[in-house]
Amino acid sequence: MDYAIRAEGLVKKYGDSTALDGVDLEVPAGKVVGVLGPNGAGKTTTVRILATLLRPDAGHAVIGGHDIAKDPVRVRQLIGLTGQYASVDETLSGAENLVLIGRLLGLSRRDAKARAAELLEKFSLAEAAKRPIATFSGGMRRRLDLAASLVGRPRILFLDEPTTGLDPHARQEVWDVVKRLVADGSTVLLTTQYLEEADQLADSITVFDKGRKVAEGRPGELKRRVGGQILQVRPSMPADVPQVAAILAELSGHTPAEESGVLTVPADEPLLVSAVARRLDGAGLSADELGLRLPSLDEVFLALTGHAPAAPDAEPAAPDAEPAAPDAEPAVA
Amino acid sequence: MATDTLAPDTASTPAHTKPARIGLVPTLHHSLALAGRGATKFLRSPIQLVDVVLTPIISLLMFVYLFGKAISGGDPDAYLQWVVPGVMVMTVFQASIGIGVALTTDAATGIFDRFRSMPIARSAPLIGAVLADFIRYAVCLGTLIVLALVMGYRPDTTVPAALAALGLLIAFAMSFSWISVYLGMLVKTPGSVQGLMTILVLPLTFASSVFVKPEGMPGWLQAWSDVNPVSLMADTTRGLLGDGAVASPLTGSLAWMAGMVVVFLPLAMRAYRKNNG
Repeated sequence: MDYAIRAEGLVKKYGDSTALDGVDLEVPAGKVVGVLGPNGAGKTTTVRILATLLRPDAGHAVIGGHDIAKDPVRVRQLIGLTGQYASVDETLSGAENLVLIGRLLGLSRRDAKARAAELLEKFSLAEAAKRPIATFSGGMRRRLDLAASLVGRPRILFLDEPTTGLDPHARQEVWDVVKRLVADGSTVLLTTQYLEEADQLADSITVFDKGRKVAEGRPGELKRRVGGQILQVRPSMPADVPQVAAILAELSGHTPAEESGVLTVPADEPLLVSAVARRLDGAGLSADELGLRLPSLDEVFLALTGHAPAAPDAEPAAPDAEPAAPDAEPAVA
Repeated sequence: MATDTLAPDTASTPAHTKPARIGLVPTLHHSLALAGRGATKFLRSPIQLVDVVLTPIISLLMFVYLFGKAISGGDPDAYLQWVVPGVMVMTVFQASIGIGVALTTDAATGIFDRFRSMPIARSAPLIGAVLADFIRYAVCLGTLIVLALVMGYRPDTTVPAALAALGLLIAFAMSFSWISVYLGMLVKTPGSVQGLMTILVLPLTFASSVFVKPEGMPGWLQAWSDVNPVSLMADTTRGLLGDGAVASPLTGSLAWMAGMVVVFLPLAMRAYRKNNG
């Protein structure tokens, strides 16, 4: 198979802490591989190493046939990078940002302008082209950031948490763009904290935890390993919890988990919801909340690693960075 | 070019055995493109603009009207002729320390990551930042010259000599700004860069021929002033603007400038690479 990205045994240490502890990664040409993991799992470190921004302490990687350590300039000719934090210039306008990048990539002034106009149009930013980035919404910035990484028509694209901090609408817009890119034949390495995002975009998913790869496979395979959906019940009266737990155990065949008055149990079949509702009704018990949801990242981790996700980095997610999708709960307890 | 906007460039590159390098001409090209970015940013920042306009005005007014009479012994007009070239050197020199402070904040943002992930020279963002300050020095010197002429300063010079003086002053500021770039890459906090540079700038500007003639200084101070780059540059500027010899201070100034670039450009680059892989 033709691999666009091939990394072996990547190690990166910062003092005593190990950010990456021997990671292998393979991305076939023309495919999207999603790297899924909580903060501090080593996702960004991996992207920074592969994009030649950081030297690994051990291991090596080949991008598009060129070694990242021996021939970084040729690697940079092939890649585009969209970082976690918008890497565009706040004081310049959208058009100026893209023209600057075109000029740096060796386009003539006229070609750089044409390319910028073309991309702004494609990303629905044409009307805002002359405004400084400081006036852009979060979703617009991220789209401009994506446009900026595409000026040079990169064959291989690194998207480091492209939708972290975006509202659901802006997230959907970014997803649409990524889907179009992939349809056009780009290879994409995507990192994300959101299972749903990896599920939507990636051909295969690699799960990172504490600087190691803990699982990989197609989204469907991983989901089966995680165990499908979860039934969640919050009894109205806390005193009813033991009785409701007994009903759940009986109907689902699993021992329910309880946390602050909420019971969860794997729902192997969707009909479990109505069965539970009927039983509660019949027993005269009421619930404030009763429903199915997809496994959260915590539960994916629990299932794949046998432990809860690593504690988030020193920087806690800002309130607006909280994912809105119900199946993508942050790794914060 | 592909017809579709998003389609990647799939033209295959042959497998080379020799690693690709960015040559000198493309490096200059990238640096100039980034200098354009820096200059645009500067012109859109009213506070920075006010700073480089007000600092020379305050310095010149203060030194001429506040200290001038005391220093010159009663002939303010003669003192004006003496001090204007010196204040030119002092203000561009002081303006040059701002770059390290600005770079500590700029280099930490995502935009520098983008530059470093592109096939451009690694030194281009730093060289571009140094070159972008051309516009700051030009505004600074322009303000100073207009004010000095209004105050009665009358240089006895030719247009080519005056332009040479301005060019040298800007080159002087750019060469010395590499110290600030280096410190910015090394200490990484804006406040520390500012503090360290102030410690460096004060003895250089005051123990020099900027404000007083070195003949009146104690021997040891005179010895320092004679080799002080600020003195040498002030004397060069005076010479080109019609008051004194040029050759000897010019040689000294050029030697200092070359020394600064040769020592601090590589140091700054090394610190920049170390911070950023």
